[in-house]
Amino acid sequence: MSDLEQFRMETRAWLEANCPAEMREPVRDEDDVYWGGRNATFKNDAQKAWFDACVEKGYTVPAWPKAYGGAGLSAPEAKVLREEMARINARPPLSSFGIWMLGPALLHFGTEGQKQRFLNEIARGEIRWCQGYSEPGSGSDLVSLQTYGEDKGDHWVVNGQKVWTSYADHCDWIFCLVRTDKQNKYQGITFMLIDMETQGVSTKPIKLISGNSPFCETFLEDVKVPKSYGDDIPAQVGEVNRGWDVAKYLLGHEREMISGAGGGDRTAAIGAAMKRHAAQNGDELDPVLRAELAMFDVDALAYGCMGEKFLDEIKAGKTHPAQPNMMKYAGTELNKRRHELMMAAGGSRSLEWESEETGGGKPARNWLRTKANSIEGGTSEIMLNVVSKRILELPGG
Amino acid sequence: MPLYHDEDQAMLADTASSFMAEEGNIAKQLRHWRDRDCKDGFGHDLWKQMAELGFNGILVDEADGGLGMGHVEAGIVLEEIGRNLTPSPFLTSSVLAATALKHGSDDLKGRYLPGLVAGDSVFAVAIDETAKHRPERITTRAEKSGNGFRLTGSKSFVVYGGSADMIVVAARTSGADNETDGITLFAVPKDAKGMSHDAVRLVDSSMATHTKFDGVELDGDAVIGEVDGGREVLDAMLRAGRIGAAAEGVGVARGAMDRTVDYLKQRKQFGKLIGEFQALQHRAAHLYSEVEIARAVTIKTQQLLDAGAESADMMTSVAKAKVAKTARLAVQEGVQMHGGIGMTDEYDIGLFMKRDRALAEFLGDAYYHANRVAELSGY
Ligand SMILES: Cc1cc2nc3c(=O)[nH]c(=O)nc-3n(C[C@H](O)[C@H](O)[C@H](O)COP(=O)(O)OP(=O)(O)OC[C@H]3O[C@@H](n4cnc5c(N)ncnc54)[C@H](O)[C@@H]3O)c2cc1C
Ligand SMILES: Cc1cc2nc3c(=O)[nH]c(=O)nc-3n(C[C@H](O)[C@H](O)[C@H](O)COP(=O)(O)OP(=O)(O)OC[C@H]3O[C@@H](n4cnc5c(N)ncnc54)[C@H](O)[C@@H]3O)c2cc1C
Repeated sequence: MSDLEQFRMETRAWLEANCPAEMREPVRDEDDVYWGGRNATFKNDAQKAWFDACVEKGYTVPAWPKAYGGAGLSAPEAKVLREEMARINARPPLSSFGIWMLGPALLHFGTEGQKQRFLNEIARGEIRWCQGYSEPGSGSDLVSLQTYGEDKGDHWVVNGQKVWTSYADHCDWIFCLVRTDKQNKYQGITFMLIDMETQGVSTKPIKLISGNSPFCETFLEDVKVPKSYGDDIPAQVGEVNRGWDVAKYLLGHEREMISGAGGGDRTAAIGAAMKRHAAQNGDELDPVLRAELAMFDVDALAYGCMGEKFLDEIKAGKTHPAQPNMMKYAGTELNKRRHELMMAAGGSRSLEWESEETGGGKPARNWLRTKANSIEGGTSEIMLNVVSKRILELPGG
Repeated sequence: MPLYHDEDQAMLADTASSFMAEEGNIAKQLRHWRDRDCKDGFGHDLWKQMAELGFNGILVDEADGGLGMGHVEAGIVLEEIGRNLTPSPFLTSSVLAATALKHGSDDLKGRYLPGLVAGDSVFAVAIDETAKHRPERITTRAEKSGNGFRLTGSKSFVVYGGSADMIVVAARTSGADNETDGITLFAVPKDAKGMSHDAVRLVDSSMATHTKFDGVELDGDAVIGEVDGGREVLDAMLRAGRIGAAAEGVGVARGAMDRTVDYLKQRKQFGKLIGEFQALQHRAAHLYSEVEIARAVTIKTQQLLDAGAESADMMTSVAKAKVAKTARLAVQEGVQMHGGIGMTDEYDIGLFMKRDRALAEFLGDAYYHANRVAELSGY
C-alpha cells in the first residue's frame, strides 16, 4: 500500500471515530456553521465534539504547518482528507475569514511572531476576524480608500468609515486597509490588524434584501492602534505603505473561496433533487424547466471539474495569477442561476417568507443572498476586466 | 490523477501542436482540398505522416502494433486537429473504429489494424439512420444467411464513408427497432457487394455518405464482438467518439477564440484598438472562462474513461454538451467581433463556424446530451 493509501485508510478510520452523525449532513444555512471567536457558542454537543477533535488533530487548517496549529499535510494528503470528508458529507468544523483570507496572507507576509500568535488563534477558533476593505466611496475602486492612519510614533491614530464589513458586530478583530501616505495611491496603504474592542471602533448593522443583516458599517474614530502587539508582532502585515500587495494577495484567496473552488456543493447538479422536491409538493417538473435544469447541471458538473483542475494546478504552480478571477466570475454567476432555478422548481412554496415548512423562508432568503455573490469580493465586471487585461492581454486601461 | 497533462502527455501535445500547425493548417489542408473539390475531403499524405508519428494507433493495443494509450492522448491529437480545422479521418478511424475493433476477433484485428496504424487505411462508422443522432433506435437489419448475414437498410451521415476501406455498421440481428439488445456490429469491407454510397459534401467541406445496404452478404467473421450483444461495444465506441468529438470541439473553440483575441489587438476603429472597448473585453473574458471550463470537463472525462470509472458515461455527455455550447459561443462571438470581414470566405473565422456546426451534430448535440444527463440523473 502506498503512503497515500495508508493515509486514506487512517483518515477514514479517524473520521469514522470522530465525526458525529449530526455533522455528516450538508450545511443548510448559516446556523449550521461554527465561526469561532471570543463570544462563540456551539449549536449543540455534536458541533462542539467535532470542532474539538479537529482542533486537536490540526484539521481546522489541515495544510498549515503544525507549529501554527495545522496538521502539516502535504497537498496530496490534504486532497485525500477533503475527499474523505466529502465522502461522508462532513461539515467544515470551523468557518472563518481567518482561515480563508487572513491566514494565507500571514503565512505569506507575516513575521514569525505574527504567525505564532495569530495563526494559532485562528486555527483554534479563538478569534473571529472581519475584513475592512470597502468604504462608502471605495468599492470596485478600492485603492481610492480614504480611511487615514496618522503616524504618532509608537501608535497610529486611525479615522474613517468602512462599509459592508461582514459580521463586524460578531467579530473580535478586523484586518483593515488604512491610508498612511496621502501622496501615494498604491504605495500609501497599510494593512493593519485592529482589535475591535479598541476605543473608537463601532459597528452598525445593514439590513439586506433577504431580511438578514450580517453586514455592518464600521466606524473608526480616533482609534489608537499600537504599532506593536508584542515581540515581533507588528500591527501591520508586510511593510508600512505596502499593504496593497497584501490586500491583493488576500483577495485572490477570497475569490477562490467565494467561487466555491475549495469544495462544497454550491454549484453541484440539482436536477434530480428538484424533481424529488417537486414530487414532495405534489407536483412535477415542467418540461421546459427540466430542460433548463439539465443545461444547468451540465454547466455545474463541468464547473466542478474546473474547480478540481484549478486546485490541482495551483498546487503544481501552473495557474495564471489572474485565474482566481475567472473562477470567481464563473462560480458566482452559476450559483445565482442555481438559486433562480431552485426557486422556480419550488414554486409558490418557495415564496413563503416565514413559514415552518420553509424553515423561515430559507429558499427565498438564500436566493436573495446569492445575488450578492457577483458583487462581494469584487464584482463580475471587475473580474472580467482583470481576465481580459491580465490573461487575454487586451489593450487599454 | 491531477487534471493536467503529465510529462509524456505534454511532450505529445508539443509534437501534435507543432505538427498540426505546420502540416495540418487551414491553408495547407482544409482550403487546399476544398478548393480542389477533393472527393475524399482530406489528404492521404497527411494521414500517412500522422501514422509515422504514431498518432493513428494511439488507441490500438501495443500487441496489435499501436501505442496502447488512452483517451487523454487521443484527445491531445484531436484538440490540435480542432484548432487547425484539419480534415482527417482520425476521429472515425483511430477513435471510433479502433475502439470497436478492440472487441473484435484476432482475425479482424489482424486484417484491419496494421493498415490503420500504417496510415494506409481509413475507416468509417455507420450508426445513425436519421438526421439527428438516435443510436437508441437501429432498424438496419442483418439476417442470418448460411454461415453469415445479409445486411439490409440504410445509414445517414457516414463521415468519410466514401473513402473508407471498412465501415463499422451497427445492425439489428433480433428484437424490435427501439430495443436495447439485439444489436450486432459488423466490419463491412469497402468492396462488399450490395453496398452503395450517395456522397454529400457538408457545410464544413467534409464528405459524408448516405449508405445503402441492399442485401449485402457478410461472412460470419465480419462480426465484431458477440452476435446480438453489440450494444455494449456500440456504447464503448460512442463514449470514445463523443469524448473525442468534445476534445476536437475544445480545439475549435480555442482556435476561434485565439484568432478573435488576436484580431481585437489589431483592428482599429474610432481611433482605438477595438480590444480596448469594454463591451468586447467582457465578452472575450466570458468566452475564455467558458473555454477553460470546457477543457476541464473534457480532460476529467478522458481520465475517467481511461480509468474505467462508473461515472464516465454520464460525464461523457456532460463534456459533449458543455463543449458544444462553448464552441458555439466561440464561433459566434468570433464572427461577430471580426465585424464584416468575419463574413468573408477569405478570413478563416467563418470556417470555424462551419466546422462547429458539423461537429456539434456528430454523435449528439448539446440538447441530446443534456437530456441524457437528466435521464441518467433520474429526472
Ligand atoms: C454581501 C456582501 C458582503 C461584503 N463583504 C465585505 C466585507 O466583508 N468587507 C469589505 O471590505 N467589503 C465587503 N463587501 C463589499 C464589496 O467588496 C463591494 O460591494 C464590491 O467591491 C463592489 O463595490 P461597490 O458596492 O462600491 O460597487 P461599485 O464599485 O459602486 O459598482 C457599481 C457597479 O458598477 C460596476 N463597475 C464599477 N467599476 C467598474 C469598471 N471599472 N468597469 C465595469 N464596471 C464597473 C460594478 O461592477 C457594479 O456593477 C461586501 C459586499 C457584499 C454585497
Ligand atoms: C453582408 C454585408 C453586407 C454589407 N453591405 C454594405 C453595403 O451595402 N454598403 C456599405 O457601405 N457597407 C456594407 N456592409 C459593411 C457594414 O456596414 C460593416 O461591416 C459594419 O458597419 C461593421 O464595420 P466593420 O466590418 O468594419 O467592423 P469593425 O468596425 O471593424 O468592428 C469589428 C468589431 O468591433 C466592434 N466595435 C467596433 N467599434 C466598437 C465600439 N466603439 N464599441 C464596441 N464595439 C465596437 C464591432 O461591433 C464588431 O464586433 C456590409 C457588411 C456585410 C457583412
